[in-house]
Formats: sequence, structure tokens, C-alpha cells
Amino acid sequence: MVSKPHGGKLINKVANKKEREKIIEQIDEIPQIFVNKIIAVDIENIAHGILSPLEGFMTYEDYIHVLNDMRLSNDVPWTIPIILDVSKEEIKGLKEGDEITLVSKEENKAIAIMRIDEIYSWNKKEYAELIYKTDDINHPGVAKTMKMKELLIGGEIKLINHLENPYEKYTLWPIETRVLFNELGWRTIVGFQTRNAPHLGHEYVQKAALTFVDGLFINPLVGWKKPGDYKDEVILKAYETLIKYYFPRRSVVLAILRTSMRYAGPREAIFHAIMRKNFGCTHFIVGRDHAGVGNYYGPYEAQEIFKYFPDLGITPLFVKEAFYCHKCGGMTSEKICPHPEQYRIHISGTKIREMIKNKTRPPSTMMRPEVAEVILQFDNPFIT
Amino acid sequence: MQSKLKSRKYTTVSIPTTLYNRIKNLIKDTGFTSVSSYVIYILREIVAAHEEAKYKEPYTEEDKKRIIEKLRKLGYLE
Repeated sequence: MVSKPHGGKLINKVANKKEREKIIEQIDEIPQIFVNKIIAVDIENIAHGILSPLEGFMTYEDYIHVLNDMRLSNDVPWTIPIILDVSKEEIKGLKEGDEITLVSKEENKAIAIMRIDEIYSWNKKEYAELIYKTDDINHPGVAKTMKMKELLIGGEIKLINHLENPYEKYTLWPIETRVLFNELGWRTIVGFQTRNAPHLGHEYVQKAALTFVDGLFINPLVGWKKPGDYKDEVILKAYETLIKYYFPRRSVVLAILRTSMRYAGPREAIFHAIMRKNFGCTHFIVGRDHAGVGNYYGPYEAQEIFKYFPDLGITPLFVKEAFYCHKCGGMTSEKICPHPEQYRIHISGTKIREMIKNKTRPPSTMMRPEVAEVILQFDNPFIT
Repeated sequence: MQSKLKSRKYTTVSIPTTLYNRIKNLIKDTGFTSVSSYVIYILREIVAAHEEAKYKEPYTEEDKKRIIEKLRKLGYLE
């Protein structure tokens, strides 16, 4: 049996045909608020249940509970606020109870309507300290937070139009993955979060987990990432290649998750696990420095945080750093390899990215040659 | 607009003193700093399991057929 949705209910906030027609008829009379791409994908994700049990943007009660207690106001675990920021000018003349249309700034298209349940102010510095554990502006999440507007509005949404999606082929919503996992006969599914092209360390961890469950759900994050990270299309092509040559048939599902990286380390690890639970995963891989950046978090802090959530409803699988050992003759890890450092080749994502930047093929003790080949075919595989 | 609010609120639940003492002994040298923190931990685990046991997948047979068709088209199913 696939995992139950978080909070016990898979949310569906996509307007049906009749609802949509009714909304469209009245839409000219509803005030508009323009939203950026990051917010726009949050709207789609809420509507399709990826962020279940959320039905909209957080009101103050949920916001403050998440900030301080890492739980929603009904005690359900939740670690990253899902918020909609607006300026005073944007909501001039609007009050709680009013309906607004949320318009994608990028596509100039109405994507949802929202009832304003609450308008409230927030303290960005306090937010940064609690969510990112730092207010250092060099942290990409903090920098992004500080640029946000001065007010937040909370309320339920209803999706009326989808965003353009260059990765339609790789997009599955939770209701679809749930059907898919059942059709494949998978009862236990391990989710793998990634923002990288796969190297041997990733593959080792995925296969170690797959040994004990029915299926592997590789769910690369597509959306805002920091410069220097792999481009989305590179990650997808690299994974397609890895799966084709190195995984058994019907053992892996590859589908994207459109959302932005927060780089909130431990809190984001819980958030990532919750989203995968909504897709139906029963297990979730948490590696070293999951969702981390720089030296803001301890190497295993993102694993330690799970002990505070006995009611998370998805089993974390904690993995130590994997490396190649010449003595063992393959990939292994600290937990099972007894050999000294001299036999080990540590696989550094940074080192591999450097090699690729210099158009050098990473050695096969670090990356599968077929995967390296695909990545090297891109002129510039990195976000600039 | 709201002013700052403290989120954490507690209430009292009675348990037998004998059970309280038993838990107090049990949690010595563990990560739990009080009987309350242990009881909260255990209750959250149990309550979540009971809540989830009631869940049924939200799709109808018709939804399922439509989704399977899409999954076939995308190549996820044969």
C-alpha cells in the first residue's frame, strides 16, 4: 500500500470544467495580483496535492506555528512556510474576505483565484534565522527572503489554468503516481530528491535502497536553483541514460518536481520528505548535507532532525557518504568498508562539475561513461 | 493585521502517578528531557497511525482509467 497523503487527505484544488467556466465568466471583475514563477509553481503544487494538507497560502496561525514549532496549527508536521508576499500598493483597497485572481507575471495568464482569509505582516530577519538558521545575506535562501515584499496574504486557492511546462513528459501529479505505483504492484517506494546529474555515489545509494523496497522514485527538482547547479534538461537526460543502462526494467519511475530549492538544510529535508509522501513514497533517502549550501548546516543535521517527527508517516533512510574503494573493488561506504583512506576515491560533485566545465570526462570510478557523455554534449550544462 | 503571537500552547492531561513514575525511570539517559516530551512523542506517533488507517485513495474507477491511459501514453506503463 502506497503512503497515505500527509495530514490524511490528498488535496485537489483544480477547478473542474463547470467551476472553471463560472470563474472565467466573472474574472474581469476580480482584482488581480501578479505572482512570480516561484509562487506560480507553488500554486500548481497546492492545487494538485503535492503540498497536502495545504489548501492555499498560509494564514498567520499556520505560519507562526511552522516557524516556531515546525508544525501546522493542527499539529501536523510542516517545516517550510508556504507564503504569498505582496506589497501594500498591490493590495490597496483589498480586505480580508475579498477574492483575487493570481496572475503569472511571466506568462501574463490568470492561473488561480484566491479568497483572502488574512493579511499580515512578517519579520524577514526572524524568518531567516528560524528557517535557514542564519541571517547571512550570502545564504541564497536568506538573500531571496530579504527581497520579498512586506506583507503576506493567506487563503485557499483554486487553480483555473496550468503553467507552461517544457517537461510535460516527465510531469506526474500525486494522484497519478499513486495509480502508477499501484499498477506497478509496488507497495514500498523509496523517493530520491536530487538537483544534480547522477554520479556513482548517487547510484550506489539508490540501488542500496532499492534492494529493500519495490520501487525507486527519482524525483529531480526542477525550478529555481543557484548558479553553478546543473540545468534541468541536463539532469533529466543524465538520469534517462543512467536508468536505461544501469537499472532493471520497471524498477524506477523518473518524474520531476517543479519547485524552488530553499537551501534550508534540515527543515527542507523534512519538507522534501512530506512532498514525496504525498506522491505515495513510503521511504525517503536523506544523504549527507541534504538541501544544504556552504557550511551553514552540519553534515548530518538534515538526518538528525527526523527524530523530532515520530508522526511524519514516511520512513527516512539515512545514508553516509559513498565512495569508490579499490580494495573492495567498487562503490561502498564508511559503514561497510574496512579499508584505509589510501584505497578510497571520494566522489565530489564539485570536482565532477569542475571536470565537466573543462570538458574533461570524469573517470568511471566517479561517473558512468554513458552519463558523462550525455552531459558533455551540452555546450554549457550549468546555470549561469 | 496580526501582531506577533506565540504559537506554543499546552493543556494538562492526567495520567496515573504509577505510569508517570514508570516513564520517568524509562527515559533516564535517553534524549527525552521530561515525561511530557516522551508522552507527546509517543502520542503523536500513535495518533498519526490511527488517522492514516482511515484513509482511502481519492480516485474513482473512471479517474483511474483516465490516469492509466495517460501513463501509457507517456510511457510509464506498457
